[in-house]
Amino acid sequence: MSGIPHDSYEPKSNFEKWLDVRLPIVGLIYGTIMIPTPKNLNWMWIWGIVLAFCLVLQIITGIVLAMHYTPHVDMAFDSVEHIMRDVNGGWALRYIHMNGASLFFAAVYSHIFRGLYYGSYKAPREITWIIGMLIYLAMMATAFMGYVLPWGQMSFWGATVITGLFGAIPGIGEAIQTWLLGGPAVDNATLNRFFSLHYLLPFVIATLVAVHIWAFHTTGNSNPTGVEVRRGSKEEVKKDTVPFWPYYVIKDLLALVVILVIFVAIVGFMPNFLGHPDNYIGANPLSTPAHIVPEWYFLPFYAILRAFTADVMVVQIASFVTGGIVDAKFFGVMAMFGAIAVMAVVPWLDTSSVRSGKYRPMFKYFFWILVLDFFVLMWVGAMPAEPPYSTISLYASFYWFGYFLIILPLLGVLEKPLPVPDTIEADFDAHYPPKDADASAAK
Amino acid sequence: MPRNWGVQANGEKHVSHSDDHAAGNRRDFLYVATATAGAVTAGAAIWPLVDQMNPSADVRALASIEVDVADIEVGTQITVKWRGKPVFIRRRSAADIELARSTDLADLPDSDSRNANKPGDATDANRAMDEAGEWLVMMGVCTHLGCVPLGDGAGDFGGWFCPCHGSHYDAAGRIRKGPAPENLPVPVAVMNGTIVKLG
Repeated sequence: MSGIPHDSYEPKSNFEKWLDVRLPIVGLIYGTIMIPTPKNLNWMWIWGIVLAFCLVLQIITGIVLAMHYTPHVDMAFDSVEHIMRDVNGGWALRYIHMNGASLFFAAVYSHIFRGLYYGSYKAPREITWIIGMLIYLAMMATAFMGYVLPWGQMSFWGATVITGLFGAIPGIGEAIQTWLLGGPAVDNATLNRFFSLHYLLPFVIATLVAVHIWAFHTTGNSNPTGVEVRRGSKEEVKKDTVPFWPYYVIKDLLALVVILVIFVAIVGFMPNFLGHPDNYIGANPLSTPAHIVPEWYFLPFYAILRAFTADVMVVQIASFVTGGIVDAKFFGVMAMFGAIAVMAVVPWLDTSSVRSGKYRPMFKYFFWILVLDFFVLMWVGAMPAEPPYSTISLYASFYWFGYFLIILPLLGVLEKPLPVPDTIEADFDAHYPPKDADASAAK
Repeated sequence: MPRNWGVQANGEKHVSHSDDHAAGNRRDFLYVATATAGAVTAGAAIWPLVDQMNPSADVRALASIEVDVADIEVGTQITVKWRGKPVFIRRRSAADIELARSTDLADLPDSDSRNANKPGDATDANRAMDEAGEWLVMMGVCTHLGCVPLGDGAGDFGGWFCPCHGSHYDAAGRIRKGPAPENLPVPVAVMNGTIVKLG
């Protein structure tokens, strides 16, 4: 599976030889977990394991929750309360599943921003990045539909607002929206299909994850220096890498344990902190909550959706140029999806020849503004759509697009990068000088 | 193995079809025909899977409903559910009507009446059910992203205010400020005495 030279699996016992000729599955597993991994990975390289854990956690808790849940408008809300009160340990399963989604997104955002800082998306890892973005989109769809299932007020009105996004498409939007909902409004047909798809999509994600891993096992992991592992010989590879098992498995599990301590504390002591109290009111199609807010992990993109109102100049220009086809509503929808699209094509927008942000003095500055921008958007997304939040969300949205479409392409030309280490080994030794100088000289 | 159907009995070489017709030979035709048949079959198999998501017969059986509005006090409104969506029925006060009728049409972002019963300009007369303008019937669904606006004079223009993204509608349900692109639509409706028939 790996493009980096390494020792491959040799079947030893007669059974292993028998099996290997017929199905080389042990060799596949061996090649995957023994992959030579750069030995300088820092703590930001733990999120992959955390994410894999989250996917398994969500699938397992989800399957058992589905044994007690009823996807019908008259019974869904009550069946969730039934899980909370009557099902043995049901409250724990639901709170883990509910907060598991938050852990999943906290991990995926950490993972994405790590990739943005260290240039993990750059050649030859574009496919890994694109697959990752598809996973992220599938995660958002899954989380959105899952949030609808308890059929509370936020479930119902969140579903109404988000499916309304498709209605904004000029011409065919209304037909698409009706098709998605199965009727003129969010109703039983919608709840049923969302349950079906919420159950399906995690398995699509699992498949995409396999492809994601396949892709970066072919190119090898990126690392904090952005310098590639030397591949001249197995000896050279061994100087730059350690096998994933046991070194990184143990390290990642330690990180996972620390994260799970925090996670369990949240599930146990403040399970509803990240939720919204209105979702404990059953859905009412005739009354909109005073203030609809999506879950925290959607807030940055929700802020971008709301930022582009009809009084914004770019919206007026777009409307004029297209003869009114692109109105403020459609513009907002395009901006929201565009915000993710520009991130997905970042491998082709970043023109710098240096991969890691560690050696890019100007890039660093803009990157941390982007991180700040992300949190500002998250904050204004939770605020009502009125001044000064509407203005802040507009400027924050401009920075988001400006970073990807203007700053990254220009920086590659304008910036003078710092010297990059020759090898991973050299960088590693600079931080952790070999204790035995002779032994290192002998290498 | 060279095929010999191009060779005639007298040994003279026959001109092949591909030489004969630059556009393609019989084999090309078979490829295209097979691919087309395959595509049509795949489409025929997929279409029911797509179409099952469209509204089912019981949802499509759009009941029209009748609402008795006799009990509505002047200056108040009721909300009824019709086709899964709220419909506002407001009995406007003289002040409401005056406010709506004094609005300059040039101040309206959407100049269409959005009235299934009275197409035309977004004048107040084209929005109301009756000549006097006392009755206003419209969908209670914000034209931005489908929330239910708050009524009873809410918002900056004495009409409705959508709490989701801050769209302001005036006393005739016309969009005045905020992200919503259109006036609140007036559904197909007939007024008979104190009965409003929707649909």
